[in-house]
Amino acid sequence: MKLEANLISGRTAYQGAYLEAKTHKEYFDACSYCELNSGDLVKLGVSEGDYLLVTTEFGDVSLFAKANDGNPDGLAFIPMGPWANAVLSPDTHGCGMPGFKGVPAQIEQTGEAPLEMKALMRRYYE
Amino acid sequence: MSELLIKNAVVCDPINNINCVKMDISIKDGKIVESVSSGAKVIDAGGKLTMAGGVDGHTHCAGKINVGRFMSPHDMRMTNVPGLSGKEAPTATTRAQVGYNTPNAFAIGYRYAKLGYTTIGEAAIPIIGARHTHEEFEAIPILDKFGLTLFGSNWQVMEYIRDDEPEKLAAYVAWGLKASRGYGIKIVNPGGGEAWGWGKNVSGLDDPVPNFDVTPAQIITALAETNEKLNLPHSIHLHCNNLGKPGNYETTIASMKLLENLKTSRDRQAMHVTHVQFNAYAGTSWRDFESGAPQVANYVNSADHLTFDLGQVIFGPAMTMTADGPVEYANSRMLHAKWSNMDVELEDASGVVPITYSPKMFVNAVQWAIGLELALLVDDPWKVMFTTDSPNGGSFVNYPEAYTYLMSAKRRTEVIEGLPEMALGRMNLPGIDRELDLYELAIMTRAMQSKIYSMDTKGHLGVGADADIAIYDLKPDSIDTTVEYAAVKKAFSSTAYTIKGGEVVVKDGEIAMTPEGRTYWVNAKVPQANTDAMQVDLAQKFKRYYTVNQANYMVEDAYLPHPVEITTEAL
Amino acid sequence: MAVITDAICSLCGSLCDDITVTVEDNVITDVERACILGRNKFVGMFLHDRIESPMIRKNGELVDVSYEEAIDEAAKILVNSKRTLSYGWCSTSCEAISKAIQLAEETGSLIDSTANVCHGPSALAVQEKGGPSATLGVVKNRADVMIFWGCNPAHAHPRHMRRYSSFSKGFFTQKGRKDRKMIVIDVRKTDTAKIADQYVEIDQGSDYLLVTALRSAINGHEDVIPDTVAGVSKEDILKLANTLKEAKFTCVFYGMGVTQSRSKYKNGDGVSSLISDLNQHSKAVMIGMRGHYNVTGYGQVSTWETGYPMAVDFTRGAPYYNPGETGANDVLTRGDVDAAIISAADAGAHFPQDSLKYLAKIPVIQIDPYANPTTELSDVVFPAAVVGVEAEGTAYRMDGISLRMKKLIDTKFKTDEEIVVDLINKVRELKRGA
Repeated sequence: MKLEANLISGRTAYQGAYLEAKTHKEYFDACSYCELNSGDLVKLGVSEGDYLLVTTEFGDVSLFAKANDGNPDGLAFIPMGPWANAVLSPDTHGCGMPGFKGVPAQIEQTGEAPLEMKALMRRYYE
Repeated sequence: MSELLIKNAVVCDPINNINCVKMDISIKDGKIVESVSSGAKVIDAGGKLTMAGGVDGHTHCAGKINVGRFMSPHDMRMTNVPGLSGKEAPTATTRAQVGYNTPNAFAIGYRYAKLGYTTIGEAAIPIIGARHTHEEFEAIPILDKFGLTLFGSNWQVMEYIRDDEPEKLAAYVAWGLKASRGYGIKIVNPGGGEAWGWGKNVSGLDDPVPNFDVTPAQIITALAETNEKLNLPHSIHLHCNNLGKPGNYETTIASMKLLENLKTSRDRQAMHVTHVQFNAYAGTSWRDFESGAPQVANYVNSADHLTFDLGQVIFGPAMTMTADGPVEYANSRMLHAKWSNMDVELEDASGVVPITYSPKMFVNAVQWAIGLELALLVDDPWKVMFTTDSPNGGSFVNYPEAYTYLMSAKRRTEVIEGLPEMALGRMNLPGIDRELDLYELAIMTRAMQSKIYSMDTKGHLGVGADADIAIYDLKPDSIDTTVEYAAVKKAFSSTAYTIKGGEVVVKDGEIAMTPEGRTYWVNAKVPQANTDAMQVDLAQKFKRYYTVNQANYMVEDAYLPHPVEITTEAL
Repeated sequence: MAVITDAICSLCGSLCDDITVTVEDNVITDVERACILGRNKFVGMFLHDRIESPMIRKNGELVDVSYEEAIDEAAKILVNSKRTLSYGWCSTSCEAISKAIQLAEETGSLIDSTANVCHGPSALAVQEKGGPSATLGVVKNRADVMIFWGCNPAHAHPRHMRRYSSFSKGFFTQKGRKDRKMIVIDVRKTDTAKIADQYVEIDQGSDYLLVTALRSAINGHEDVIPDTVAGVSKEDILKLANTLKEAKFTCVFYGMGVTQSRSKYKNGDGVSSLISDLNQHSKAVMIGMRGHYNVTGYGQVSTWETGYPMAVDFTRGAPYYNPGETGANDVLTRGDVDAAIISAADAGAHFPQDSLKYLAKIPVIQIDPYANPTTELSDVVFPAAVVGVEAEGTAYRMDGISLRMKKLIDTKFKTDEEIVVDLINKVRELKRGA
């Protein structure tokens, strides 16, 4: 089962709290997840902590599943950071700003665990 | 020990009663001296016009101007005045330059220096924003700077006036000058900034400020008395209520009359009224709008307690910026222009709106005439400071163009011929034939400033003065300034030499070197007991209402790398 | 033991200046009043992954080198580059920013700040319509209505609501929260929305539609508003418009939901127009919720030094500005630069993948106190002092008020400013040699 979602990114307190500790596990924990509401998680057959594969036109990334019932149906949230940026839009639409919110995404369960930061960054040398 | 001798200078120095006399000027260690040794470096001025460096006593050069820059990238590319506007790549001597009305900080320094100006005064510093002003001052090369601190809608000021606490008021103003490293008391639309906190304005001198139970008239009078109590080098510097409104000349004259009997602590004016062009409007609406300059000039001619500056309009694009928040909002709605606003907690308001003065627009044409009428109808040039309220009436780089309006009736007639018929009936300029000479121009652009700001080392070339000197490529004995206005404009647009503190900073219209300028500020001493009593009240303001702690509020020494501290003793 | 009061927190754009810091043996052992973000910056800094030595990438790995070798290598990169991207400079002092601009000018580089991925569109909106704003204390003392639009201060600016907005008490707002109506407009029910008096949930990417409908209502053109706009009923829109018209003082705080969503700078343009319209009825202002503690200062310094707030290209000598062409991500995704210097910001973490793929291909110089994703893409790395903790300097709060950050503890590391000055001198030396 794949969920067609609208992906946004943004700040969280924990992302901010470990902003200057990006090589640490706390930062990894704070940023390497994707939030959907519980109904959407049920549709995908996953529980919190399971792995999700988020795929967009621009790439894919594995993330932990997390529930947030503040999200409306079909809205996916990933904290700003390297994991979100693996799949957000680089198009600056003629005004300089990339597409950090409102990116169409497909979300499904995966067996692949999220990559830690350095491994994720190494992908850019490939 | 550096020595410089300027030979064959035709000196125009009104403070010392010298009217275009050929002489030598000796300079040692940045000051003008009686004589120098034979080893002094020599500059041959070759009979060229030589004046003290110009002093722009009211310009927007640091602080709010950055809001103007921020919102107008188009201004950076404007090349309206060739050589003094637009983009220039960096050189071995100069940083990159951009802009016209709102040039970058480097360009402000270079371009004023090219016009022969060596000292500029920022017209409005909010105390809480003063650190920013001084950062920009530091970025402006060459020039000496000073700034006027806003007190006219300040809560602590209004409360002390309401509660009749003149000693505490004086202690607060002294503290505010120190906190902002300001040079004098600026009052903008007294009380109007506070009213604008609720989207309102005050309508005149006797309209009480909402929630504070004081009137603009009381604010002006009390701050003027405080100014004298503190023995400050400048008088209060007043931007009157009702700016920009038809019929406002009455408010302006009434504001001037408030201080007719004020006893000044120093040999200078009791008040300086600023950019009076914007406050000398007659009529009752924009339909029957006409010049109120004759009425204002008549009053000024009859009075001896005040000076004023023009706020001359220059046709073309300008950028209005003022602490008069409600005026800027009204401008933006009337002009359908973009509007920036900055209300300042407990202190004042402000706004920035771009404008274009068109000679084809009847109102703009009359505004242009009003500034000139004020300069020409007031008999005594020592009462008149030349300004465009840069960049409100137009960019300072247009000063040379504006000089030609003052000096040549022929030039004025040329411009007037292009104005709409309707405008001609609403102005008096066509009937005025007065033409200023170089001596009068020197008074309005540097000498009177020396007096009104009590800066005895600025604005003249006597022994002891700072060696801030402009040598213009113009020979007074062989030019008719009433006719050869193109040559006048060219000469004043780019000096042969500008000397700042004894160093040649401009040569043949090019920047030669870029020393750092100094910043003047006034440390007004008041009895410690008054300060202590005032601090009790002020501490409550910080505890309850400010969002910056008092410990982080005052401008630190680090922001004035080259300070000149003027100390005064309270009377 | 030293206790330093009135310290300024150099983390987010709130720039709280009431922090008390305890220092023992040159280590910060306690902070009072800071939020979790600030606390972690101050107290946690000794637990972070400090870059200890200058490094150069050799055979794919970063290896320790002397400071002189790193300066030499970095200056060579800058001198040999046709067009360098200089990026970041927002978690540092205005004094360092000024030097960075000078370095960019002297090397013909393009220099941009984190506004490129944050409030850059807000700057464009101001350039379209102006920025009707106020200092935060004006809001504290006067605002009876506040809208948080596409921002989440409960997470991003944790002390904002207590110090400046919802929960603060002021002269005309003595009862604090009770005197204020708090409205949140967002696409999901955030922790900020949960404590609001009114939460208006809109369809993601439809901010411009809502702001236009609100303007229509405020300007007396109800008839043109459809039954539903942006997922909000016409009835609710009219009610909201009425709340704003009847307010004494409204402040719209806006964040990334406004700047990063569809319509980008037009959203801010719409909000600015809304504020102008509202002032026909009551008082209203807008304030952008700035992220990096000194991104506002970057905009200020860049504006007075170059004429433009961001995305300034010195390739042709004089400054050239055209976001969309000269923004950091514009040039990276187009492959239009051949080297980069990144400081006091983390492009590696906060740029999309295409930009990072390109950064991996070109020489990258990093100046930063801490190892981060940018380090993984860097070829020359300089460790730096933590400005606002180990070095003093100027920073601008989100409302444009500047404050002087204190030096709280000593450090062996050079400041950003000192490193950039060393680079300027080395670049001049190499150019003279050539």
